[in-house]
Amino acid sequence: MNVLIVLTLTGIVILFSGILNYRSLALPVAVIGILASILLNVMAWNSNQSVLNHMMVMDNYALAFSSLTLATGLVLIILYSLVYSKTDVHYADVLALLIFALIGVVVLTSFTHLVMLFLGIEILSLSLYILAGINKKDLASNEAAIKYFLMGSFSTGFLLFGIALVYGASATFDLTQIGYYVNSNINDLPGIFYVGIVLILVSLLFKVAAVPFQFWTPDVYEGSPTLITAFMATVGKTASFAAFYRLFIFSFSQVNHQWVILIAVSSMATILIGNIAAIYQNGTKRMLAYSSVAHAGYMLLAIAAVNELSQGSLLFYSTAYSLASLCAFAGVFAIQESTGSDNTESFNGLAKHNPVFALSITIALLSLAGIPFTAGFFGKFYIFSSALTQGYLWMVIVAVIGSFISIYYYFRPIINMYIKPGSEKLLDISGPYKTILALLAGLIILLGVLPGLIAGLI
Amino acid sequence: MLAVLLIAFPLLMTLMLFINKDGSSKRVVFVATVVEVIIAALALYFFNTGNSAQINFDVPWIPNLGIHFNIGIDGISMILVLLTTVTFPLIILTTFKHTYKNSFYALAMLMQTGLLGVFMAKDAFLFYVFYELALIPIYFICANWGGTHRIKVTLKFFIYTMAGSLFMLIAIIYLYLKTPLPHNFNIQNLYHLTLSATEQSWLFWAFFVAFAIKMPIFPFHTWQPDTYTESPAAGTMLLAGIMLKMGIYGLIRLVLPIVPLGVQQWQTLAITLCIIGIVYASIIAFKQNDLKTLIAYSSIAHVGLMGAGLFSLTLSGLQGTMIQMFNHGINVVALFALIDYIEWQTKTRAIDQLGGIANVAKRFSVFFMIVMLGSVGLPLTNGFVGEFMLLFGVYHYSAWAAAFAGLTIILASVYMLNLYRHVFLGESNELTANFEEPNTQESIVYYVSVVLIVVIGIMPGLLLNLSEPAVQSILNIINK
Repeated sequence: MNVLIVLTLTGIVILFSGILNYRSLALPVAVIGILASILLNVMAWNSNQSVLNHMMVMDNYALAFSSLTLATGLVLIILYSLVYSKTDVHYADVLALLIFALIGVVVLTSFTHLVMLFLGIEILSLSLYILAGINKKDLASNEAAIKYFLMGSFSTGFLLFGIALVYGASATFDLTQIGYYVNSNINDLPGIFYVGIVLILVSLLFKVAAVPFQFWTPDVYEGSPTLITAFMATVGKTASFAAFYRLFIFSFSQVNHQWVILIAVSSMATILIGNIAAIYQNGTKRMLAYSSVAHAGYMLLAIAAVNELSQGSLLFYSTAYSLASLCAFAGVFAIQESTGSDNTESFNGLAKHNPVFALSITIALLSLAGIPFTAGFFGKFYIFSSALTQGYLWMVIVAVIGSFISIYYYFRPIINMYIKPGSEKLLDISGPYKTILALLAGLIILLGVLPGLIAGLI
Repeated sequence: MLAVLLIAFPLLMTLMLFINKDGSSKRVVFVATVVEVIIAALALYFFNTGNSAQINFDVPWIPNLGIHFNIGIDGISMILVLLTTVTFPLIILTTFKHTYKNSFYALAMLMQTGLLGVFMAKDAFLFYVFYELALIPIYFICANWGGTHRIKVTLKFFIYTMAGSLFMLIAIIYLYLKTPLPHNFNIQNLYHLTLSATEQSWLFWAFFVAFAIKMPIFPFHTWQPDTYTESPAAGTMLLAGIMLKMGIYGLIRLVLPIVPLGVQQWQTLAITLCIIGIVYASIIAFKQNDLKTLIAYSSIAHVGLMGAGLFSLTLSGLQGTMIQMFNHGINVVALFALIDYIEWQTKTRAIDQLGGIANVAKRFSVFFMIVMLGSVGLPLTNGFVGEFMLLFGVYHYSAWAAAFAGLTIILASVYMLNLYRHVFLGESNELTANFEEPNTQESIVYYVSVVLIVVIGIMPGLLLNLSEPAVQSILNIINK
């Protein structure tokens, strides 16, 4: 609760700082606000505090996921400020919108009530719709915003309809109550209940960009400003998965034989289609968009495997994926800004004059590919373990096939950076920006050597 | 502590070299690899021949998953640790005539860390991690310093081997989940799992594909000739001399004892594939014009014989594999070093353009002759002992198999002597007329190789006694 209040106040103060021309205040306020929220989360650890008439419960799951997304959001806000604080007139608005999106995220990670799920998704999505179109004069950005908005609101419709049907059957919005309802009527659940689950599933699969609802992703990710894309791909995706998992574990885990097959098929298709499509992309941003589709497939494996391992593995995978994506998107953005293009060719010969920067991107890409001694490897390891415990051997084999397809496209930029000769010029990237990327890369390696730092948390 | 030192020292060197990555400290690197040999020699000194692993080091790494940083050396590991540490200074010496920056040497030292880690790991997870770790530096070595088609070829190599090892990862996780609670990856515990025949059958394939790609066994070999040809000489030596032994080592360490039923079920097929590889690669080798490609194919044939001996599941077959792993490492490193020297002197590796080197460089020709004879398996050289034991093992399995596998000796003589005739005998031409004898640094490599070839040829017991108890205990697990 306190976290929501702090974040809301932060957002409002930043909005006003923009209006009243105190824009230099925006970043410090944002940083303090988010750090305070993370601190509140840490202090609430193990407390299982229930707020808003039991509509949200700040259990460790919620605290861990919301802290992760808040931290990711914080890094993005700092990166955004480093680039735009002087030039962009909407800078303060963007920051405020990012903070508002984070409010949605906190709700999404901690809801225990279907209404809160809906509110959380709406708060997050509305901010993202605007952020996607923040480059008003850029056609692609406008296209992205419109596409995202139309498809997103359509899928939210599905969500509402699904919630209504589930309510119709169970007469409650409370997740645990729904769980009890399922448990006590396990043999004669009405048809509308199942229809409700499937409709909710459709909507959530859309939000996490899983096949067959992934078509919006490449265009929206490509059209949006790159750092906003990074926000959608990391914070947006992690939060959606946190909500997805929470809902299905709390309410529907007793009837998992009914829906697990849908998720399993979607997961395998997502992994294969995402990875295969990524091979054919020449622009790295679009490539990363498809790769983020593929990663959603791996995370779906954790949802399909509902067991005690899967919760921790989802958290670890999300962390690893967020760190690496953040670093990769931010790297691509810097290259795009200085060379004017995000084609793989614009990576040529980068390592020679920008060794630290190139190494950071390389570590991020290696982590996305799941090479040992990076966080991504342990992410995959945990996910595979939890799926294998459940006996989903075939899904894991498909996931593995996807993994080695992915090496091909993740290695292309790396090869270009290190081996192909290219322009001799030094990229125009500010020192702090590079430092942040290097720190992210360091964290990726740290988690790759000592995964216990996160894995044992929940 | 020695075991940790063996892994930590090259890692430390890697870091130091990366920090000063534009310098050129090849002499320092050479000294470091010699120090590594001394550490290995100390380990050998304290090593009591016995079947249990010694010089252990065990700390929990990721406690909540039961992953331990657990390393130790038994007889099987000892031979490969010796091979790795002994060949490294030789490989580094051959790079003295080229100009490589420290980043090259840093990757090489990182590779050594990975290789030694694989050979010493007693935890299946650790084994996997080191197995992958060794792949990354060699990829960058080949992709960065290789020939014209290096990028395409090495990416194929990388994806190929990565694909294989991911299936191994599934198998390892599967086994892990089979261990009694709390789950753990200790290889000794994996030996005692009870697995049904069906499980063993598919687990066998998950492991076999990974290791067969690495070795490589026909038909998983298609990455190998291109990669060996396109890599820089030192990279080829690392790949052929040491890295492929990771595959054979994996078969001995993990596949045979963990899935014995699976091995027995697929034994015939595995041996058949190995023997097809022997004949097929030897015939192709005969038609090659590029020296490196020729040796690459001959390596497939040699590895095929080792595989066949290994899958014969006899003591002599397995012991033959052990000693032949060491011999093949020494011989192939020496061969590629000699070829690298020829290329450096004449700027070509094409057999039809060379000739008459023996007229101008007597000493060099003698070196080549001895190494070649070792590789062909002439009695009193190291190759003979290994091939004899391997064929003896295969004969126990089936006389027919031994007959076909034995073709390797004839075919190898044919293509190697043919090579020697074309390259060293005959008239010198304008490319070879100014061929110079190798200098002292370069000669050290050849002297050491020649001494090892002859000494092991005469006294194979030095190595065989080291590994026998460990090999015997693996066989006991299979036959129990």
